[in-house]
Formats: sequence, C-alpha cells, structure tokens
Amino acid sequence: MKFGIVKIAICCFVFILGGCQREHRDIQPSPTRLAIYGDAARESPLRPGGPVQPQAVVANPYNGSAYDISEGQRLFNWYNCSGCHANGGGGIGPPLIKKEWIYGGEPANLFDTIVKGRPNGMPSWGGRIPEYQIWQIVAFIRSLNGEQPKSATASRQDTLQPNPQNLMSERGGGGATK
Amino acid sequence: MTAEPMKPATLVSTILLLVLNGCAGHQQSAVDAAGPQAGRIETLFWFFLAILGAVFIIVMAAAAWTLTKRHRGIEQEPLERTHLPPPQTETRLTRVVTIATIATVVILFVLLVSSIVTGKGMAEFANSKNPMVIEVTGWQWWWQVRYQNSDPQQVLDTANEIHIPVGRPVMIRGTSQDVIHSFWVPNLHGKRDLIPSRITTEWIEADHPGVFRGQCAEFCGLQHAHMSVWVVAEPGDKFQAWFNSQLQPAPAPTDPVLQRGQQVFLNYACVYCHTIRGTTAAGQNGPDLTHFGTRQGLAANTLPNSMGNLGGWIVNPQSVKPGNHMATIAVNPDDLQPLLQYLQSLK
Repeated sequence: MKFGIVKIAICCFVFILGGCQREHRDIQPSPTRLAIYGDAARESPLRPGGPVQPQAVVANPYNGSAYDISEGQRLFNWYNCSGCHANGGGGIGPPLIKKEWIYGGEPANLFDTIVKGRPNGMPSWGGRIPEYQIWQIVAFIRSLNGEQPKSATASRQDTLQPNPQNLMSERGGGGATK
Repeated sequence: MTAEPMKPATLVSTILLLVLNGCAGHQQSAVDAAGPQAGRIETLFWFFLAILGAVFIIVMAAAAWTLTKRHRGIEQEPLERTHLPPPQTETRLTRVVTIATIATVVILFVLLVSSIVTGKGMAEFANSKNPMVIEVTGWQWWWQVRYQNSDPQQVLDTANEIHIPVGRPVMIRGTSQDVIHSFWVPNLHGKRDLIPSRITTEWIEADHPGVFRGQCAEFCGLQHAHMSVWVVAEPGDKFQAWFNSQLQPAPAPTDPVLQRGQQVFLNYACVYCHTIRGTTAAGQNGPDLTHFGTRQGLAANTLPNSMGNLGGWIVNPQSVKPGNHMATIAVNPDDLQPLLQYLQSLK
C-alpha cells in the first residue's frame, strides 16, 4: 500500500514535469542562432549528379511551447504574413493548412523557406528579423496543421477579435484644434 | 548582538512619517487633485475618511472601555442566578442599541447619497461642450495615443505621453489591442478599464499645469508594472505649439551621421513595427517614433529617455523589460551610434 502511494507520487511528478516544456519561455533569446542555410533543410533527398546524402535533422527549439506558438501567431500578423497567406487559408500566397508542401513541411524546411524566400513572391526574411522569431512563426504554422501538441495549441485564433483601429473609426468631438 | 525592540514612540513616529510622506504634492497621487474630476473623487475620499474614521474611533473606544471596565460581581452572577439585568438596565440597553442602529443607517445613507452626488457630478462633466478627443489603446506594454479630429490633417499619432491643454475638457476613448488594461492617472481621474473590442470613455480636465504620471491599473501580464504614461498639462498656447510641432513629419537629416542613422533604422527590422512619419517606416505594431526625441521616457517610461538608456534598450530589450514584445535585433556595433543619434534627433 505504501509502495503504491510512492508510485502515484512519482507518476504525478512526471506529469508535472511534462508541463514544463509547454510553459517554457526563453526570456532572453539571442538575436542570432546558428542558421541552417544550405543543405541541412533540403526538400528532397534527391540531388542532381550525386549520391543520396543523409539529411541532418534540425529541430525547432520552440516545439511544443504554448508561449512561443502564441508569439508566432502574433508575429504572423505583425510581419504581415497574413497579408498573403491570410490566416492560413491562403490568398495571394499558398495556404499553410495542408499536408503537401512545395518546399517541404518539416520545421527546418519552413525555417529555410522564411529565411531564403521562394520564387513567385515569398520574400526573404533572413537577416531581417531575429531567428528566434522565425522559429516562433514556424511553431505557429505547424500548430495550424495539428503538428504541435494539442495542449500547447490555442483553441481559437486571436484574429477573431476586431481590430481596435476599426473599432475607433467612429469620429466625435472637436479634436485638438479649437 | 541582539536588536533592541523599537520603543512605541519611535514606532508611532516612524509610521506617522511614512503616512505623512503621502501628503506631499506628488506626480501620481489621488489626494493631490489637478482637475475637477479628481477633485470630486478627492472630496468624496476625505468625506468618507472623516466619517468612517470617526465611527472607527468611537467603536474602538467603546470596545476598549467595555473590556477595561470591571463588571461588579460578574463571576458570581450565574451562580447566584442574578445574571438577568434589572429592568431599568434592560431599558437603557435597548435604547442604546436602537440609537446605534439608527445612527448606522443614517450614516450609510449619507455616504450613499454623497457617493451618488459625486458620480452624478462626474457624469454631468461628460456633457462638456467642445471636448478634445484622445484615443488611448492599451498594448502589452505601452500606450498608443491618437488625437482624433474630423479633419484627417489634424489627427496626431504618438505614444506613452499625452499633452493636454489646461482648462479644456478632454474625452479619453479607450480600448485595448490584446488584454484588459486600465488607464489610471490619479491626479486627474479614477481608473477606467480598456477592454478589447469595446470602447470605454473617461472625461478629464486639468485645472493647473503639471506633469502627472499614469499607470496601468489592471494586471496585464509580465510587464504590467512597467506600463506607465505621462500626462503633461500645459497652458493652451503652449499645448497648441506642441501639437503643431508634433503634427509635422520628422525632418530629413542633413548631418551625415544622422543620415546614416536613418538608413540604419530603415534597413533593420525597426520598420516592421515602428512609424517615423516623413520616412518609409510605417509599421503599426509599436509606438510611433516620429518625435521620439521629445519624449521624457522610453519603453513606456520604464527608463528616462537618454542616449545610454536607449542603447541598452535597443541592444537587449529583454534585459530592461523581460517578456516584452520588442524584438532583440543584432545591431552591428558600427551602426548603433548613428542609430541612437538619429533617434535622439527626432525632436
């Protein structure tokens, strides 16, 4: 009986530890991380004129972090990704809620796409915004496809709330000048 | 070495000193009203304090008197079955309780009426003619400020510092970009919550010039404590001069260092969030920096606005306000000085 209580306590502790990753916050992110330019994020194992190279796996440091996914959602609008991709459904640019990706849908591929840009309109963000923010955006895009733990994904998007500036459009009063 | 227990007299005088400290004319104080709205609140506060203080003292004195008074034969009463008071005592006690009950009801009623009268006076102020309309939007963790006008040429965007003319009613229309904030400038008015997708209004007026500090009064996340705003009340002509100069776009720099600084600003990620009117920078996610050099503080007045503080803020904003939404950008050391000088030159 006593042993059982210890087991339960250990189980509870392990469960609690599981929550650490979800709420982990990188409170002082370095503006530059090791970039994965080059071959690390190839879209396909096929290479012209050479043998198949094993591909290095580059993991998103913010995988499974609720905080970083929500930061990614904010940045997705701040940096106007939504201007072309809408809220993931696509518009001027391709949709982001999908399984088949032109340039690969793994975190490293998405990172590479954002950093380098792609033909026909996707601008290059490498060196423009800090890399930790790119990883946050990648985490958010992955969450749109259910590829983040459900416990860390927001149940609804912030964009469902009206923009304060539209709310304020009703004019009134005499203004600052008399 | 053992600490000597503090003498009662020392303790009392220390507490008194701390309390008196609150009486000094202060930049953020509800009992140093600088306008009619805060004046009404302050009057109500002192009225409540006087009445409730008197009630408190009377009740405590009565309780102390009862406790210290030795009731004759109280230990024997139950044994001798003489604990029932004589009829004349019974009548006296009934009278005392009745009077105390009536006094309580009357006092509560007086407080209620005075509170309603104050609220009504403040609501009537909202009908003032020719108000100035300022829109305040709370962001994590700064204040977006827009001087609204039916003429688009006269609409002014700024942040974290509000200038108002003395003696003119100002209507603050507030909302929030993200979570609930609360706009609170104690010298001018009480708190008013800024609620997402909803507009709340507050009417203020300053009756004398001064600089008053406001603070977010609704917990809004990590940097709630570092979300403050300055309200500068100025005479009408001085305000108008400030307003007209703020309406101007930032002048194009002529000095080569400042020109370089402008290029640095436009080439880095700054432009995704900040606007400097007169340049191509038109970001809408951070404070408008068109006349950044005129402001008293930076990072929602977390730090005084100086070259050194600005450098620290840009290089590592997360060390100043951990968790805030300003991106940590790797600025090339050669680019930093021109950038700082350019931003400080935005007068």
